[in-house]
Amino acid sequence: MTNHWIDIKNSDCILIMGSNAAENHPVSFKYVTEAQKNGAKLISVDPRFTRTSSKADIYTSLRSGTDIAFLGGMMKYILDNNLYNQEYVAAYTNGPFLVAESFKFEDGLFSGYDKEKHKYDKSQWAFQTDGNGVPKMDRSLKDPRCVFQLLKKHFSRYNTKLVSDITGTPEADLLKVYKTYGASGEKGKAATIMYAMGWTQHTVGTQNIRTMAIIQLLLGNMGVAGGGVNALRGESNVQGSTDHCLLWHIWPGYLKTPRASNVSLAAYNEKWTPQSSDPLSANWWQNYPKYSVSLLKSFFGETATAENDFGYEWLPKVDDGKAYSWLDLFDEMYKGTIKGFFAWGQNPACSGSNAGKVRKALAKLDWMVNVNIFDNETGSFWEGPDMDPAAINTEVFMLPAAVSVEKEGSITNSGRWMQWRYQGPKPLGNSRPDGDIILELGNKLKEAYKDGGAFPEPIKNLKWDYFTDGQYDPHKVAKEINGYFVKDTEVKGKTFKKGTLVPSFAYLLADGSTSSANWLYCNSYTEKGNMAARRSQKDAPNNIGLYPEFSWCWPVNRRIIYNRASVDLKGQPWDEKDWVVKFAGDSANGKYVSKKWIGDVPDGGWYPQQNPDGSTRKDAKYAFIMRKHGHAQIFGPGRADGPFPEHYEPLECPIDKNMLNPQRVNPVAPVYGADTDAFATCDPRFPYVATTYRVSEHWQTGLMTRTQSYLMELQPQMFVEMSEALAKLKEIANGERVMVSSARGAVECTAIVTKRFTPFKIAGATIHQVGMPWNYGWRWPKTGKEDSANLLTPSTGDPNTRIPETKAFMVNVARI
Amino acid sequence: MDVTRRTFIQVTGATAAGLAVSGLGFDLMPVKAHAQMLKTKYARETTTICPYCAVGCGAIVHTSKRGDGRVINIEGDPDHVINRGSLCSKGASLKQLSENANRITEPMYRAPGAKKWQQVSWDWALSEIAQRVKKTRDANFTSKNAKGQVVNRTTDIASVGSAALDNEECWIYQAMLRAMGLVYVEHQARI
Repeated sequence: MTNHWIDIKNSDCILIMGSNAAENHPVSFKYVTEAQKNGAKLISVDPRFTRTSSKADIYTSLRSGTDIAFLGGMMKYILDNNLYNQEYVAAYTNGPFLVAESFKFEDGLFSGYDKEKHKYDKSQWAFQTDGNGVPKMDRSLKDPRCVFQLLKKHFSRYNTKLVSDITGTPEADLLKVYKTYGASGEKGKAATIMYAMGWTQHTVGTQNIRTMAIIQLLLGNMGVAGGGVNALRGESNVQGSTDHCLLWHIWPGYLKTPRASNVSLAAYNEKWTPQSSDPLSANWWQNYPKYSVSLLKSFFGETATAENDFGYEWLPKVDDGKAYSWLDLFDEMYKGTIKGFFAWGQNPACSGSNAGKVRKALAKLDWMVNVNIFDNETGSFWEGPDMDPAAINTEVFMLPAAVSVEKEGSITNSGRWMQWRYQGPKPLGNSRPDGDIILELGNKLKEAYKDGGAFPEPIKNLKWDYFTDGQYDPHKVAKEINGYFVKDTEVKGKTFKKGTLVPSFAYLLADGSTSSANWLYCNSYTEKGNMAARRSQKDAPNNIGLYPEFSWCWPVNRRIIYNRASVDLKGQPWDEKDWVVKFAGDSANGKYVSKKWIGDVPDGGWYPQQNPDGSTRKDAKYAFIMRKHGHAQIFGPGRADGPFPEHYEPLECPIDKNMLNPQRVNPVAPVYGADTDAFATCDPRFPYVATTYRVSEHWQTGLMTRTQSYLMELQPQMFVEMSEALAKLKEIANGERVMVSSARGAVECTAIVTKRFTPFKIAGATIHQVGMPWNYGWRWPKTGKEDSANLLTPSTGDPNTRIPETKAFMVNVARI
Repeated sequence: MDVTRRTFIQVTGATAAGLAVSGLGFDLMPVKAHAQMLKTKYARETTTICPYCAVGCGAIVHTSKRGDGRVINIEGDPDHVINRGSLCSKGASLKQLSENANRITEPMYRAPGAKKWQQVSWDWALSEIAQRVKKTRDANFTSKNAKGQVVNRTTDIASVGSAALDNEECWIYQAMLRAMGLVYVEHQARI
């Protein structure tokens, strides 16, 4: 989330699309309700009428996988009716940037497409630059090659008639949503988006979110209270586990995993440190080497020295241009190239798309380590449905982990708040906190490599001193994450003794005199104490629910990021009432003469770009400091599938052509080729669109809820929801057991015949859609009959993130 | 204090309307006085953050000072600025997550071709795992790729997980995996 949960109450209009907050983030709805009480409008767009929809001022449905068409229509409406904030777009976005003539869009393809490799040459999407590499701009937004004009042209095709034909949403509903949401373009108004996996789990997932982000920029909704782009993250610490980068492509703090071509630390830093010669661009990532070197110091401690590149060579490199993502991982495992596997606090036998392929892949392993609080479908895959234990040679180690209330440490919520938890009871039986298991395994590995082995240096040199009295000490790790001065050091005119905790990332250095295991968390555990444990009820002076001394939030306790876009060029808020930051320095003769910001921690404390008299300052910085050129990106030339979003159909869809362009599916979406990777488009065997979701009473694969009697009594069974019309067509009665099948598998479900689904009219044809929860698995309940919806979902995904497309696929439903 | 099945369903019935349940444990009149005493006199209070979704609601854990030292009750934390004491159906049944007979409480091992688990010791399990890592890693460790570039990795071992770990655990886990040379490192955020 760019904003945070409490901030939702400050909104004037809330769009909930691609999520179902009332059921999946129930307590967040407290703030939706509060906003509504203050006059905000709630819009719910979902293929199914959910409990979120039941509270909405406006509800409408769309066919799964058509969000870009829906939002593209909104973009056109906003542009055609001049609802955008011109001043904001001109000052803070790359709307004024001029794009090179080589950029084109024709026949559903952007320029630079390589048909053989299914890849784009992104250099064709470059900006026109001056001699110093600074983009040429037209702040009047009139130049035909400026981003704003190209955007207008791109979305001019998304008229409501065509959008309605694609999405199945009635035109009148589209206009009602567009008008209501578009009204937030007025200065002082804010609208927000609450989305979740309903947007990410598509072959166009990244571009779904890009489309909305562009709308938010046009309307001036980024950085303001009650605005932002808010991903409702689904797991208690999925924000933290992402920040610490348990992901193949990034290192802690969103640094890049080194590529094989980054042959030295210098080459690595040079490759990933952006350069800007624009004096008005803060280009914050210019600090990259400070963060990478401080991270290496945390990895390897005293053994990391300038002479050995701080141990850079000891860490693994990935091949350039190759992905090692979830889908690739299980594809390789299925092929038999992966021999050993850790499933640590995760249940891929139910959570992975095309779960049947995942389960077969597990049988090809030599060994697996499964760490969890309950036995699960992953650890016990060898005794699951259609498995013959005698024929499966995978050794499995199942290790019992402690529950969260039995250990101490921090987690980071969706609003980026790092919150400390304490130990209540001791771990049950012989279970252990994950931290103890990890440290002990690390010790065993160090022991195993004491006398040699393949490339033992990284294991031997790994800094591993996080014990107190032989036990894992979360405070020691939390301090390492924040970082230390590892020798007496002077920075920014201040002297710090060796062993002092670094006060914030502004003090990190690239010469090896600081450590910080994650620069983004530098400032979280300082000489003032553990900031995540704070409990103050006091709000900030702007009284918008920031609670700056309750827990801690990255970066540097900034509660709303991009907040310098919440003010005009003179530093004064667009919204006088719910302001986030404002410039409060002294002025004399129409000029600012002292620097002072109040409210939230500002996104950089420089002077505003203009003085009170309207004159321009040379000592200011643009608002979007994490971008090389200082501007938010309406035009996103770094994306794999194009600098502007475009509607493409899901890989499996009910229509044989894309009504907007000749490319049916995302031309760069990855497709896997194992025998288990079957796909079916316009296949009469699988005529119905399907999607997956969760219920309030279960969580993710259900492992932490299916094992509980209270919750199982409330939601005991796998089910499939369908419209009355489809039930009639298939002669299915409410409550009857049915079989749902796809090109990849079949799952038995209890039929729920409901008014919550209604058939869609897609270009004149009737299209049915069904939906299923993915919270079940054969291990619990013990009947073994309630299995995962992911047995049906395809193993393809988004070309940028490789998140699987589990929210739109094709099935059949039949009586058993 | 045990919440009975009946009262639980009555209270969590509110979620059917999409609304949050307010502090289970406070409003159950017949047992209120007794429950208060259990919580205040015989229990130690600690605060926690709900382990389910990422709203980050606060809860108070009451752990028995007597007997088995287990959880007596978990309820919403009224001083938490996000949830102000309310919890959803999952958060309200959090006690059943820790006090649960279905939990695994001993390390277990399944041998090749076996039809049953066998209980093993922590020391044996972790030593054996370290040996498996070493054997697999060393058999096919890649110092250089096809282009001759130094890569120092193993693609024969993979890891998934976990968003269920604490921040500090995530950090040391990724550090251990990367020191082992793993590149197939993924977790919930990808799916």
